[in-house]
Amino acid sequence: MFAYAVRSLAQGLLVLVAVAFIAFSMFRFVGDPVANMLGQEATLQDRQELSERLGLNDPWPMQFARFIGNAATGEFGVSFRQARKVSDLIRERLPATVELAVLSALVATFFGVLLGVYVAINRTGFISNAIMSISLIGVSLPTFLIGIGLIYIFAVELRWLPSFGRGETVKIGWWSTGLLTESGRRSLVMPVLTLAFFQLTLIMRLVRSEMLEVMRADFIRFARARGLGERVIELRHALRNTLVPVVTIAGLQLGSIIAFAIVTETVFQWPGLGALFVNAVQFADVPVMAAYLMFVAAVFVITNLIVDLLYFLLDPRLRSGGRTAKGH
Amino acid sequence: MTDMPRNPAEPSRFQRIWESDVMWSFRHSPVAIVSAIVSLVMIFGAILAPLYAPQDPFNPASLNLMDGLTPPGKVNEFTGQTFLLGSDSQGRDMFSAVLYGTQVSLLVGAASVLFSAVIGVFLGLMAGYIGGKTEAVIMRVADVQLSFPAILIALLIFGVARGIIPPGQQEDATLILLILAIGLSNWAQYARTVRGSTLVEKNKEYVQAARVIGRSPLLIMLKHILPNVMGPVTVIATINLALAVIEEATLSFLGVGMPPTQPSLGTLIRVGQQFLFSGEWWILLFPALTLVILALAINLLGDWLRDAMNPRLR
Amino acid sequence: MKMTIRGLLAVLATTTMLAGIAEARSLKWARSGDSLTLDPHAQNEGPTHTLAHQIYEPLIIRDHTGKQLPALATSWGVTSDPAIWEFKLRTGVKFHDGADFDADDVVFSLERAMQPTSDMKGLLTSIESVTKVDSHTVRIKTKGPNPLLPNNLGDLFMMDKGWAEKNNATKVQDFKNKEENFAVRNANGTGPFSLVSREPDVKTVLKRNDNYWGKAEVPLEVTEVIYTPIKADATRIAALLSGEIDFVQDLPVQDIERLRQDRKLRVNSGPENRTIFFGFNVGDADLKSDNVEGKNPFADKRVRQAMNMALNRAAIQRVVMRGESVPTGVIMPPFVNGWTKELDAAPAVDLAAARKLLADAGYPNGFSTTLHCPNDRYVNDEAICQAAVGMWGAIGVKVNLVSQSKSIHFTLIQKQPPETDFFMLGWGVPTFDSDYVFSFLYHTRAGSRGSWNALRYSNAEIDSKIQTLSSETDIAKRNATIADIWGRLKEEALYIPLHHQTLAYGMKSDLDIPVDVSNQPKLKFVSFKRS
Repeated sequence: MFAYAVRSLAQGLLVLVAVAFIAFSMFRFVGDPVANMLGQEATLQDRQELSERLGLNDPWPMQFARFIGNAATGEFGVSFRQARKVSDLIRERLPATVELAVLSALVATFFGVLLGVYVAINRTGFISNAIMSISLIGVSLPTFLIGIGLIYIFAVELRWLPSFGRGETVKIGWWSTGLLTESGRRSLVMPVLTLAFFQLTLIMRLVRSEMLEVMRADFIRFARARGLGERVIELRHALRNTLVPVVTIAGLQLGSIIAFAIVTETVFQWPGLGALFVNAVQFADVPVMAAYLMFVAAVFVITNLIVDLLYFLLDPRLRSGGRTAKGH
Repeated sequence: MTDMPRNPAEPSRFQRIWESDVMWSFRHSPVAIVSAIVSLVMIFGAILAPLYAPQDPFNPASLNLMDGLTPPGKVNEFTGQTFLLGSDSQGRDMFSAVLYGTQVSLLVGAASVLFSAVIGVFLGLMAGYIGGKTEAVIMRVADVQLSFPAILIALLIFGVARGIIPPGQQEDATLILLILAIGLSNWAQYARTVRGSTLVEKNKEYVQAARVIGRSPLLIMLKHILPNVMGPVTVIATINLALAVIEEATLSFLGVGMPPTQPSLGTLIRVGQQFLFSGEWWILLFPALTLVILALAINLLGDWLRDAMNPRLR
Repeated sequence: MKMTIRGLLAVLATTTMLAGIAEARSLKWARSGDSLTLDPHAQNEGPTHTLAHQIYEPLIIRDHTGKQLPALATSWGVTSDPAIWEFKLRTGVKFHDGADFDADDVVFSLERAMQPTSDMKGLLTSIESVTKVDSHTVRIKTKGPNPLLPNNLGDLFMMDKGWAEKNNATKVQDFKNKEENFAVRNANGTGPFSLVSREPDVKTVLKRNDNYWGKAEVPLEVTEVIYTPIKADATRIAALLSGEIDFVQDLPVQDIERLRQDRKLRVNSGPENRTIFFGFNVGDADLKSDNVEGKNPFADKRVRQAMNMALNRAAIQRVVMRGESVPTGVIMPPFVNGWTKELDAAPAVDLAAARKLLADAGYPNGFSTTLHCPNDRYVNDEAICQAAVGMWGAIGVKVNLVSQSKSIHFTLIQKQPPETDFFMLGWGVPTFDSDYVFSFLYHTRAGSRGSWNALRYSNAEIDSKIQTLSSETDIAKRNATIADIWGRLKEEALYIPLHHQTLAYGMKSDLDIPVDVSNQPKLKFVSFKRS
């Protein structure tokens, strides 16, 4: 188990380097930061000079080596857009995104499993069909439309909730939270729902399909034969065996949630990393883009690691299986 | 599931399909029938659009800007034209735009889902079954892919393409680039799920039995394991079909999707949402409605297919 | 008598009370993008200057119509030497931290703005030296006479020398530095508002400067400014409709009508200092982006004229811009020196004549080409290009549209040689003089001139005429040269001018903020209506 974790970690590092490499090779295609950094009176020579000073004229491998070297020490340089240290920017924006993502993941997982179990147990009921249909409509609408729709109903027409921003936040050390104030909590409602909606339907459908499948497995039939109550079978045996793929997906979704947060944060003017990234892309702010991508990659590597380990714990069969697999 | 050799005297292929359990289940599921009909109508309606659409919305020269912003069924005060579903801000007939847009969306969606599913399933089977180094490499590559929002992979492909494809032909290549971009950004999900199921399946007795009798790994993967992992794959694929269309919309949001001169449903929704507060509801509503109905029908069909195809449910 | 005095007192008390209530108002202000930095010399960019204008002040300010008003300078003029300008500074002005404003600060600020890392240096290239005469007089010596120097000073903000030295901010922010410049997130100006807090891209809070020198001259009724950038159009409009925001810039044109109908809101619109146009590659012998072998169709004036005639500006104005634009035939808004009604006239739409011109030029069946267009820079830029593509299609010119983000689009134009043969661009004239248009858009690409001339156009005769403008002190003669140059350029049809962009501001109905031609509203002029 320990050796497995260590090896996964080493692989994770390799992933990070690969991400850095791909990310870096993409930056040449998002535009030239110099065009944005200088006013319209700038001359060709000014642009050349700035390029030179930023090191954008250096050969590509050299730029990459410098980037990796700096990134290893947590140093991502200065934002081309804001002239501030990227590490400061990331630290400032991190709490907003983490709060949004974690709350969304919790909402999605909790209601996803709950509704999934419900529709699996009551396959043909009217409520089940309604839940399934609504979930499909939700999946079919782009996130930005759901967000704008919520704003229109709850902020413009009903005026119940604020349409943008985080409201009042409280600082705890360098962390800022919106959970401790009334306006902060109200501001969280719509972005969390928007972000959670898609994941919720995904988890719900997955729980349903897995559970239906498990319910037909032999060991459930044995359990029925043993005379166990239907509820006990459903919740104790079926749900438990359903959890392996659910954990996989839910774990993987944390990364997707952070990626999807880009759209949600733009719609709700949520001051998180996603909004920072969108602004950076538009400005071709390479240091910020690079740092953001590395951050997302790191989140993925870590969640994958945890999911892998949970696999071992949840499904006893895999423990032996894992070992045989290594024998190849 | 048995490994009995085929009986050469079995009934014709069509008969076999018609009388198969899958078709039996289809004939007895009203939801499946309705959603299949809706899907087929929309698919053929879109494919045959050039035959009956009032306008070719992809030809900018056929549009008259003064027709713009005509409400559905109303007469335009300048040109006297009437449009069944109204016209957008370019003077485009929304009915034609939706038909052609559906065509583009379905093409991008279906091709990219197929592309990503084939790659993902194959790699997932390999990873789960072979294990060891192969597994490590595949799954780490999957991690890398997952750590990249699809939008960025698309940007990369577009950027590279801009360097390779001569200017002037880039417009024509957008469709293929989109399929590649969306396809390549979604395979990892299949791979992970298939690998997870494969890990479970391969230790089951029937697989071990097959291995003992000396069947080749490829055959075991495709014949024994694959059918058993198709459930989750179908679920993912159906959701991904709608997802691919939405991803296309998001890409066009960033200016790398279908160009507004050849709009897909996603592009139409993207353009239409600008008119959400201004009163021209039809520019958004009809493409969005079409997308929802299409996705709903395909998803319902996928759900049913999943239940029907899974051998263990019978 | 007694009664009268008491009555008078009562009236006075009521008025002061009412005034007190009316004055104690904060203003929640939103637009699509944030200021990039508080360092006043680091970015020459609209939203950055707009925020800076509330905190810092230049020597000469422009009001919302573009008229110059004295700010930190009370008077200015050329001395007996036409290459030396003298500025008399306002006395009794204090920075927010209490330091006095004097000539040393002006010399310091202008020199700071001329540093290599400054983005404002492009406007000050004509300056040779800045010297202090006495505590409130400053002279600027230019390299040769520069009659238009004051035009370049409208966004050049004055910093306190002592404050900058104390906080190690004497140098303009530099992206090569590992550490953040103090001036990026801190500010100490003489302006009507002082900085309370700033979270870039999130929220900036300013409070009224109660010691402001101009208290008696401007309303200064806003006590607190809360500035929030909201990127998504729909969210910004929603925030205005829901009452969370008092004042919104960057209204999408399609929403203006609906906002106008809301009785709780007011929409003001007016011309912006920006003209939108299309440009061609007229210089190369052959184009890569067209389907014509061995020839450049755009090099033929008749082709350019045909495409100009095919453009239905009125239709674009009505449908795409919802009336919020002013069709034009010249690349400068009406308040720029050199503008005339004749230049502004655009050709009438005449498809038959356009087709004939194309046929005469040897393209009876048209040709195909590619148009590059931004999709996040100008009002409805992508929709305009799309509509224009359809109009050109009607005369047989098949145009492929490539619309992309401004950071890619502008690079295509700025590259040497440019990487586009047909493009959309918008141009604002911060100096309010034609020279600025000529120098950047028409002059041969060389040195500090022609950096936005992606036409590959080079005309030595025009170039030398343009060069005389920067030192000609005889205004009448200078204006005659400007008219002459415009006449020749218009004849060439090098660009297809489309329209002057219109700006719209949305606000609560108790506000009445006029549109600022530079899109840099100055909040000290804002007053609340008493209801």
